[in-house]
Amino acid sequence: MNRVLPGLGHLIRGQRAGAPILFGWLAGWAIAIGARDRIVTTLEGGAIDGWLALITLLALLTGSWWAGNRRPTVGTGDSDLGGQSQWVSAWRRFTRHRTALLGLLLVVVLCAIALLAPYLAPYDPDVMPGDLVANRFLPPSLDHPMGTDRFGRDILSRVLYGSRVSLSIGFLAVAIAISIGTLLGALAGYVGRWVDALAMRFVDVLLSFPRLVLLILLVALFEPSLALVTVVLGLTGWMGTARIVRGEVLSVREREYVEAARSLGFGDRRIVLRHILPNVLSPVIVTATLGIGNTILAEAALSFLGLSVQPPTATWGNIIAEGNDASLVDAWWITTFPGLAIVATVMCLNLVGDGMRDALDPRTER
Amino acid sequence: MSDRALSSGEISASRPLLSVRDLRTWFATDRGVARAVDGVSFDVRPGTTVGVVGESGSGKSVTALSILDLLPRPQATIQPGSRILFRGEDLTAASEDRMREVRGNEIAMIFQEPMTSLNPVMRIGVQIGDTLALHRGLRGPAVREEVVRLLSRVGIPDPSERIDAYPHQLSGGMRQRVMIAIALSCRPSLLIADEPTTALDVTIQAQILDLLRSLQQELGMAIVLITHDLGVVSEMADEVVVMYAGQVVEGGRVKNILERPGHPYTEALLGSLPDLRQRRERLEVIPGSVPEANAWPAGCRFNPRCAYAWDRCRTEAPMLEAARRPRQTREVRCWLLHEPERRGVVASTENATDGAPEHNV
Repeated sequence: MNRVLPGLGHLIRGQRAGAPILFGWLAGWAIAIGARDRIVTTLEGGAIDGWLALITLLALLTGSWWAGNRRPTVGTGDSDLGGQSQWVSAWRRFTRHRTALLGLLLVVVLCAIALLAPYLAPYDPDVMPGDLVANRFLPPSLDHPMGTDRFGRDILSRVLYGSRVSLSIGFLAVAIAISIGTLLGALAGYVGRWVDALAMRFVDVLLSFPRLVLLILLVALFEPSLALVTVVLGLTGWMGTARIVRGEVLSVREREYVEAARSLGFGDRRIVLRHILPNVLSPVIVTATLGIGNTILAEAALSFLGLSVQPPTATWGNIIAEGNDASLVDAWWITTFPGLAIVATVMCLNLVGDGMRDALDPRTER
Repeated sequence: MSDRALSSGEISASRPLLSVRDLRTWFATDRGVARAVDGVSFDVRPGTTVGVVGESGSGKSVTALSILDLLPRPQATIQPGSRILFRGEDLTAASEDRMREVRGNEIAMIFQEPMTSLNPVMRIGVQIGDTLALHRGLRGPAVREEVVRLLSRVGIPDPSERIDAYPHQLSGGMRQRVMIAIALSCRPSLLIADEPTTALDVTIQAQILDLLRSLQQELGMAIVLITHDLGVVSEMADEVVVMYAGQVVEGGRVKNILERPGHPYTEALLGSLPDLRQRRERLEVIPGSVPEANAWPAGCRFNPRCAYAWDRCRTEAPMLEAARRPRQTREVRCWLLHEPERRGVVASTENATDGAPEHNV
């Protein structure tokens, strides 16, 4: 039953966790069927946000299916002892952090804004108004809360749409970076010997380049596009994670429960996936959260240099770039508002990251 | 306990389940080769308990890890010529795939620290269930049923509640019970228990030992009990192997050896135990500590700490030899075996005031 309707099985068994899973699954299919035509257009070479939406949709579907069909573990009962996992107690510690909680709330709001941009934006972000002369360089007003740029486009709408690019690049690139870093770090730490030496020297070499130089080099070789920038940011951001994971794996590998698992006849793959990785997850989550902010900054820098998603598609970085000429002083609103958006987003993410570090660090256990 | 010992006296001639023969496990270190285990031999017969005793650094745990091939690689190597025969199969020559079948399934192990030998992020039921799925191929609701059964068998109250607990929610004794449940979930024929009670309160220790004993009877398994506690050995073991500096210095039936130790080291270990019936001013201590494994002393390895040592002990290394007296089947690695009169000399001059019993070997 869970294979067709994941989550329903949980609900029948009286587990509330089933509700969001089932909802995600049904909502995903509803959107997929409702927006059939637009998906087809996207597949035939559509716009960037089409691809973004498609990726999000696929993630939603696979995620809810996975959550519903997770290998039934022995201990998913509902006893009082059931809910005391490290995640539950970490969440309790996290919620004690007022600022981190506020940060998380704002990040959620930002994500919602990005998803709903078409409904929230008062104007089309890319289309110039008919009467260009009357509409260009308008200061903030009730009609245009953040003013307009030299082409008469509404800055608020562009910032709202730009958040889609910034956030999706931030999340996706970090997902890529974390995957590579975790894989390589775990491999280096667990296998050790020459694999470790080789992987870590490779990391050292990559870390000795300034990231921006690496980014510019890679982006300049190809046509800048959303996919390219995401991948390139992912490929240049995994080294820190690899180091952290390697160090953690080195220490967890020597724990007695790993030896106990070996003494029970479990193989390497099982031991790494089930016993080692879950125990090194906390620092990875923290670096990931902090990494999203960094990645958004890096993308903004690339955009500013014209090496990211190309105009007229709005990104926070290229809105700032457009305002960065003679109009910088006269039309301060063009650069200020996207700049504030970047600052606010990165700050919120860092607050969440800091809160997570405190919540997940075993040394802060109370 | 060599083959010779097995075929003689009251020890029955049944085929050993596990036979460790001339095991040498050496470690490569920065300061040369550490011969942590250096020629250890002993047998474990089905359904019996063998206590392996010795101080820290005597090679007990390395012996245990060698049997299951859990040694840290590549630093540790089992030297050629060593044999670990389990039901006649030489485990030192077995493939890694074969070893994974053996581990947990035919030979299981429990460790000293119940606090750290359970994975902190997994519910205990899952940890037990994983082993059942791996070796016994159980799936679905059968796993949960069997886990509950195992938990109640090892004496955990409310097993159907506790199955969802995380390790940090259980006390040390409960965690060791969970470890035992995991180790015994596949009904192994041999259990290696490495200091299973050392980290526990004394009252809990007795409970755990009782549990092990009753499970042993139920499952008919053999136990290799590694400990430094002679009290535990006398309570649990049928036979004892005393290890010092990577070698067996004395082995045989527990009763014989604890009542009349043949090796000065065994004697010293017994002397360091508090005796409730007889209050002494101070316990005897064994001077010094076990030497470093990369520089064993010449001659008998115990000679620098031995009360009886004479010239011969400092130059010639004694062999493990059978000491045959009526109803005293045992093996001892000591020159006193050849010159028993030496013991009397020292004992009468140095130990007379302590009222040490006279020993005849």
